[in-house]
Amino acid sequence: MRIRSVPMREVQVWELPVRIYHWVNALCILSLVITGYTIGSPPAFMKGTEAYFNYWFGTVRFIHFVTAFVFFFNFLVRIYWGFAGNEFSRWYNFIPLKRCQWKEILTVIKVDVLQITNRQIDSIGHNSLASLIYFITFLIFLLQCLTGFGMYSAMSKAFLPHLFAWVVPFLGGDIHVRQLHHILMWGFILFSIIHIYLVFYHDYIERRGVTSSMIGGWKYIEEDVILRHENRTEECPKN
Amino acid sequence: MENKQLSFYEEARGNGISRKEFLKFCTIMAAWLGLETSGVGQIVKALETKPRLPVIWFHFQECTCCSESFIRASHPIVASIVLDKISLDYQETLMAASGVQAEDAYKTVMAKFPGEYIVMVEGSIPTENEAYCCIGGRSALQILKEAVANSKAVVAWGNCASAGCVQAASPNPTGAKPVHKVISGKPVINVQGCPPIADVMAGVVVHLLTFDRIPQLDGLGRPKAFYSRRVHDTCYRRANFDAGLFVEAFDDEGAKRGYCLYKMGCKGPVTYNSCGIIKWNDGISYPIQSGHPCIGCAEEGFWDNGPFYKHLPQIAGFGIETTADKIGVAVGLSALAGVTGHAVLTNIRKHREIANAPEAGSEIENPKEK
Repeated sequence: MRIRSVPMREVQVWELPVRIYHWVNALCILSLVITGYTIGSPPAFMKGTEAYFNYWFGTVRFIHFVTAFVFFFNFLVRIYWGFAGNEFSRWYNFIPLKRCQWKEILTVIKVDVLQITNRQIDSIGHNSLASLIYFITFLIFLLQCLTGFGMYSAMSKAFLPHLFAWVVPFLGGDIHVRQLHHILMWGFILFSIIHIYLVFYHDYIERRGVTSSMIGGWKYIEEDVILRHENRTEECPKN
Repeated sequence: MENKQLSFYEEARGNGISRKEFLKFCTIMAAWLGLETSGVGQIVKALETKPRLPVIWFHFQECTCCSESFIRASHPIVASIVLDKISLDYQETLMAASGVQAEDAYKTVMAKFPGEYIVMVEGSIPTENEAYCCIGGRSALQILKEAVANSKAVVAWGNCASAGCVQAASPNPTGAKPVHKVISGKPVINVQGCPPIADVMAGVVVHLLTFDRIPQLDGLGRPKAFYSRRVHDTCYRRANFDAGLFVEAFDDEGAKRGYCLYKMGCKGPVTYNSCGIIKWNDGISYPIQSGHPCIGCAEEGFWDNGPFYKHLPQIAGFGIETTADKIGVAVGLSALAGVTGHAVLTNIRKHREIANAPEAGSEIENPKEK
């Protein structure tokens, strides 16, 4: 029997709204990518029938549009929580404005990406590199909402999509908007592949329970890390 | 030039068009412009009483297909009245005058109707070197700027004048630009299409004459009455789209049954025009009705967003027929490969750590401690 005895404490990292946001977002992205890809390249599995009897493609589009609304408002909730939530969910984590954030980004690249050194990463929430990547995904979320609702505005009478009607003339026409929307979809797929892998990786290496932390909200953090976090001298939003 | 300016109606009667036909024309126009019933009366009154519009019509870098389209307008009044009269002022292709007389006609309009005449433009304007398009020894840009200065409004006919069309397609050797990018200070109506639908062109002229102001425009300067809906939204094959019934090849069963041309590269879903409603050649047909996908000729950059027969545009710089999907799959697979490599590396490291750990049962230090 192998036993580890590392002094750990439990830290509530992800509050309930963050967890709900995460899983709603995950389901939305899954649904949006599947329906979106289908809209872009519909399979032709029906032949020799009449339009009168079917509506499956309309349904796929309907699911895409409804999910898009959920995705959008979920995104807004997360932005709000970036100003209202705990220190790990605050907006300043995601934008590397401080020197120590860039220093941590370099460390993370050396330790976790290239694996050329082996050091403890002190961050309790996201590390600075992860935060930066999330910030980029937020920008992709924003662009995806702009282009998506921009295209949708032409076929909607609703108030919300019309706030985005300017996007189409701004980009020069629906052709360009659709192309950008389609390219960005691949950004989501790419992010998902790496994101899911890295969750496995961190849980495996750091053994802080990062996977289940997105369910329960708590992470196991080494006592010395917590101590350093509480006594940090550098004025830095990150630990 | 005649001293008394005849109205459209007087010109029409003079050309043997009956009052009944004239009223029919006004009614059709009102319907196309989306006016309520009272609008018919307004159009009738305007065409009966107002003198015709003084128009200068320029041809720059273009193929004259806008003019060709215009003279095939479904109602004879458009062709015989609007165009005949326009040509009297200045229309390089159709006017009888040439040389000095033509220049005179052009100057007379500018001198006689300052602030009243409409400048209509077919074609894009070269900016790389203005000499690419010269008329009478002066460049298109010079002529246009001079004419626009005292005009009432500018009508940009077709994709060339509205968005640059084929001349502005990559690599755009002449630096071709649409009208609204080279002039300022005057309203520009972009009547899109390659060419625009003749009846749409007539509708714009009638609107200008009847209401004395430019029609309501969308974000890209196109009259909303004709360009507010996508070809896709007014397509008679739309039911097949919603049902997921697609043509897979031009000679397949689906093509015979008139399924949706979406997968054949139809740009209807990204193109704003009235083809599905007003149609072409006296309302006979339009491309999709003839079994051909829409190529999106009423949209900016439609040449550069080909191929015409593929749903997704190719991405410049990645070779012919490289779509976002092909690149996406490649990048996605590289990510998977990278992640797998990383996992292997991680495991080698981890196993080394475990191998170096003290015996089972004993307490071990945090292996990651500095």
